[in-house]
Amino acid sequence: MQSPLDLTIASVLLFLSIALLAPILSFRQKYLVTISFVASALASLLAAAAGFLCVANGSTGSMTLPIGLPDLPFYISLDPLSGFFILLVALLGFIVSIYSIEYVQAFTARRSVTPLVVFYCLFMAGMLLVLISADAYFFMVSWELMAVSSFFLVCFEDDHPSNRRAAYIYLLMAHIGAIFILISFGLMAGFAKGFEDFSGFSFQAIRSSQFPHGWASIAFLLAFFGFAAKAGIFPLHAWLPEAHPAAPSNVSALMSGAMLKTAVYGMLRVSFDLLEITDWWWGGVVLVFGLLSAIMGVIYALMQNDLKRLLAYSSVENVGIIFVCIGLAMIFTSFQMGLLASLALIAGLYHSLNHAMFKGLLFMGAGAIIHSTHQRNMEHMGGLIHKLKWTAPLFLVGCLSIAGLPPFNGFVSEWLTFQSFLLSPALPSGLLNLLIPLGAALLALTAALAARCFVKVYGVSFLGQWRSNQQVQVHEVAWPMRLGMLLAASACLGLGVFPTYVLGWMDIIPEGLIGTKISLSAAESGWLWLTPVAADRASYSAPLVFFGLFAIILSVYVIFRSRTTPVRRAPAWDCGFGYVTSRMQYSSTSFSMPTRRLYGFLFNIKESVKSGVNPYFPMFNNRFLYHLKIRDRVWHILYKPFSDAAFWLARRASRLQHGKIQLYLLYSFITLIALLVFS
Amino acid sequence: MREGLYPVLIECLQVMTVLIGAPLFAGWIKALKCWSQGRSSAGLLQPFRDLSRLFIKETVLAENASWIFTATPYIVFGSAVVAGAIIPVLSVDLPLSAMADIIALVAIFAIARFFLALAGMDTGTAFGGMGSSREMMIGSLTEPAVLMSVFTVSLVSSSTSLSHMAHVLTSHTIELRPSLAFALMSFVMIALAETGRIPVDNPSTHLELTMIHEAMVLEYSGRHLALIEWANMMKLFLFAALGIACFFPWGIAGANEIWMLPAAVLLLVLKLALIGVFIVFIETMFAKMRIFRVPEFLGMSFLLATLGMISFFILES
Amino acid sequence: MSTSFAAEINSVLAALILLTSFGLLVQRRIYGLLHIFAWQGLLLSISTAIVGYTAGLHHLYISALLTLTIKVIVLPYILYLLIHRLRIHKEVEDMINIPTTMLIGIILVILSYHLMSPIRELSTLVTRSTLAVALATVMLGLLMMITRKKAVTQIIGFLAMENGLFFAATSATYGMPLVIELGVALDILIAAFIFGIFFFQIRTTFETLDLKAMEKLKEEE
Repeated sequence: MQSPLDLTIASVLLFLSIALLAPILSFRQKYLVTISFVASALASLLAAAAGFLCVANGSTGSMTLPIGLPDLPFYISLDPLSGFFILLVALLGFIVSIYSIEYVQAFTARRSVTPLVVFYCLFMAGMLLVLISADAYFFMVSWELMAVSSFFLVCFEDDHPSNRRAAYIYLLMAHIGAIFILISFGLMAGFAKGFEDFSGFSFQAIRSSQFPHGWASIAFLLAFFGFAAKAGIFPLHAWLPEAHPAAPSNVSALMSGAMLKTAVYGMLRVSFDLLEITDWWWGGVVLVFGLLSAIMGVIYALMQNDLKRLLAYSSVENVGIIFVCIGLAMIFTSFQMGLLASLALIAGLYHSLNHAMFKGLLFMGAGAIIHSTHQRNMEHMGGLIHKLKWTAPLFLVGCLSIAGLPPFNGFVSEWLTFQSFLLSPALPSGLLNLLIPLGAALLALTAALAARCFVKVYGVSFLGQWRSNQQVQVHEVAWPMRLGMLLAASACLGLGVFPTYVLGWMDIIPEGLIGTKISLSAAESGWLWLTPVAADRASYSAPLVFFGLFAIILSVYVIFRSRTTPVRRAPAWDCGFGYVTSRMQYSSTSFSMPTRRLYGFLFNIKESVKSGVNPYFPMFNNRFLYHLKIRDRVWHILYKPFSDAAFWLARRASRLQHGKIQLYLLYSFITLIALLVFS
Repeated sequence: MREGLYPVLIECLQVMTVLIGAPLFAGWIKALKCWSQGRSSAGLLQPFRDLSRLFIKETVLAENASWIFTATPYIVFGSAVVAGAIIPVLSVDLPLSAMADIIALVAIFAIARFFLALAGMDTGTAFGGMGSSREMMIGSLTEPAVLMSVFTVSLVSSSTSLSHMAHVLTSHTIELRPSLAFALMSFVMIALAETGRIPVDNPSTHLELTMIHEAMVLEYSGRHLALIEWANMMKLFLFAALGIACFFPWGIAGANEIWMLPAAVLLLVLKLALIGVFIVFIETMFAKMRIFRVPEFLGMSFLLATLGMISFFILES
Repeated sequence: MSTSFAAEINSVLAALILLTSFGLLVQRRIYGLLHIFAWQGLLLSISTAIVGYTAGLHHLYISALLTLTIKVIVLPYILYLLIHRLRIHKEVEDMINIPTTMLIGIILVILSYHLMSPIRELSTLVTRSTLAVALATVMLGLLMMITRKKAVTQIIGFLAMENGLFFAATSATYGMPLVIELGVALDILIAAFIFGIFFFQIRTTFETLDLKAMEKLKEEE
């Protein structure tokens, strides 16, 4: 039995080799797609096994590669925290690779998919390398690999100018974040071993050194800013809703499900492992920004009509929830309350895994819808439940999971989060005791708004009648796509119905980071009952709820169906108002109207209605023109001033460029004299 | 959790009580309302007659209704029964009460609301979508208020498990606690919103543009409609039972107290009768609010629950 | 009645006073404002009487009676007359909407609790927990003055602030000396009269009591 570290390295090497060998097969696109995605599914499976074993056994391992800088070779290490995220990334990668076998075929008609295949494998390799790197330099190299390969994936369909612009914004934000992370690592390394010595960059050196108090806070804030930019925390989220829709759906699934979690991993690694959490306001900052992202993300999502943009904003919301859990864990840690901190941390990690599964499922479903209907705008869809007989129930599972309804997985992580919030009165600080429950109420609002959002998504795209004037032949997608979605849906159900097993498996992670396990109390009443702190405090039995619901629904169905009166079909009644057309249904814009009324002050909304009058009967209107424009205020308030300032500085600096050769020679001459004088 | 037949018996007795008590409670409210308006009522058993009539009738489906439309009545009814198995109505010694605490209970009601909203959008009519949109808006606004209310109550009993909460309140001496009083006021407002009574929604309206819950079930008929109506009555009954369990649990039989059961039934009937009077009082005194005044109403209930929490920390600890 | 029972009743009354302060913030009708203000005065006088009974300080009974007469009967009646004579529009207009005002109010209550917690540790009185409620009432009265557009609501906000100060005096030091109480009560009455006279004058000059019209008083640049 190989060690998990060896398995992971083997998987990375396999990905890199697929990327290298893919151009050889590029003349036969069909075989290229099938072979490379089957191989990448295999590689993901290897890594997933490695991650699972690592967490189950609590094993650690490390290695030093012979490449790298003179004083600083590349260090690799594996511990349960990395193992968990490796499982997450690789499991999603496995499912998406199976899905891609059929999905990518559709692109071969219009362009060569070799770049897609190559950069896909490089992307997966980059993510896995980020998770196992153990020194700052290798971390940044893998981070760059991940960012650049995903850039090429986002602008894969570069014939649309909007895709190019989205990719540009994405690369810009990724690099801004990377610079902040680099400065933070530099600070930490500098205090570890001094600014002259490169070996301070290794994580082991940083871990074992003490930091002066103020500098640790600055390093934390810089790292938080950098990782938040990558994770899509408000207000640095603007690249997410541009980049994720521009990419092909399988790539969006990976970016949303896996790449955002590498930022979460980075955050956890820096705050819990490398720095010691001493101040409660660190956790407070993370909590506040997480809450802001959660609430703003879901409200933005409610306003969208484009399916993939909506899912991207929903990712902003879920990453916000994960950061809320992490912030709470940090607050509890700073007050030395180990059990509560472990509970909050496990809630955050569980939510990361759940999000990867259900967001992957939703993006894959969106890809299936777009593949069959060639529409991205929900206003033009409807009635798909009759045509897409497999996608519809699987997409419903995704919607139920993300809305946080039992017995699926979204509910378990939400329940654990609320339990850790409800335990906050144990904190010694009176002010925090009052403010944290307000945060819990905001989180409850977010969860309810997310349920509303996904009723809208499912109701407008799948139910009702077809809303567009164009008639499109819609047919169900092929078996690899269905299999991928089915695997993700089963993972959602499994994670929801057996939380005690998952908690028992995961529990070694907080033990390593904080020092306390919760599974002793969590499973003390047996595998059926999830009792995080004590049995009479709160308990939830997912298998019983699932079984109970299923049994009762089935028995009611059998009892009442036993009458043999057949069901008759007739036109919809609609209170007898007569002829009902598909344009009379509620569309996506109308469903979100109450949201615009209540929360519209957060946006720049311009709504106008113009009506045309019937010339013969002036009192009757015969035409209505409704115009709605919604803009994100963050662009105007935050991004535009910064980009304007940057351009202004650049224009000032460009005065140095005159085009005259003599001036350039003068510059070199002055520099030479200065060096000779001041050397 | 005790072994033996007693817990199973209690569980079955409770589910039977919920199933049969819900139409009775609805009948009592309708009869009271008639009496208060000087009309003669159709009797306490009228809901039973309505349900049996609906079960016998033919079920008609719209042409483009899908499997979600047909599955929703069963899901809604099933979740109401599961909720009925969790809330302690007669006895605290309920084995399945540990299956879900109050947060999970709210989520089980949310499943029913989710599927009803989907069913409203399924037939492709204008009113269905309107009902779904409004119902989800109200549902999203009650969630923070419910959480704050639950949080305040759980501060007093340091638990979110329903039977434990009831047990703690019965075993302590009666104290004046402003936090619980505020949480109770907030809970009443939330219950009115969730069960669709005046002043949030008029359950007996005939004007489609004023409907919220009715608009979603406009296309249902026959046994489907019977199941949904029954589940609605059960929801009202269960919210009343939830309020009793959290705020007035005296009378619910404790653990191992079989001899308390007849007294528990009697006290339950008395409390529900009083709650019926209270509901009819509100329905007669107030009119239905405009839909965009409902956020202010629910904001007020959130405020009350937060005041309850603040009072706990300021005044009681 | 025992000390702990008196403390419990005092807590309930304090909670109800806090509720009335929020009620003043969210009320939309002017007559409703008067009614809530009267209730606040009533609760205040009952609380003062109970504190007087528990601590054995008989001058607090006189304070309670004074509060009852002035704040529950005289002042609301004067304000009612004002509203009736000036034919003021019966609805309250606000500058920021009601849910936001409620949220700001909640934050202010939490802030006042946080500010008062060190004093709470040190005090030995029966009424030590209610000091935070008193400060919150003052702040909410000030919030009401800031976020409302009509002049009459500003008076009620000012009077609510005074209620809060009175409650703070009862909680912190078992009431002020009687002379000071009488002086403050007289000041309030006179203030109400002067407000009334000014309102008639403003009404004659501007034809309205809306504060927006009074912005014209600043110099044009």
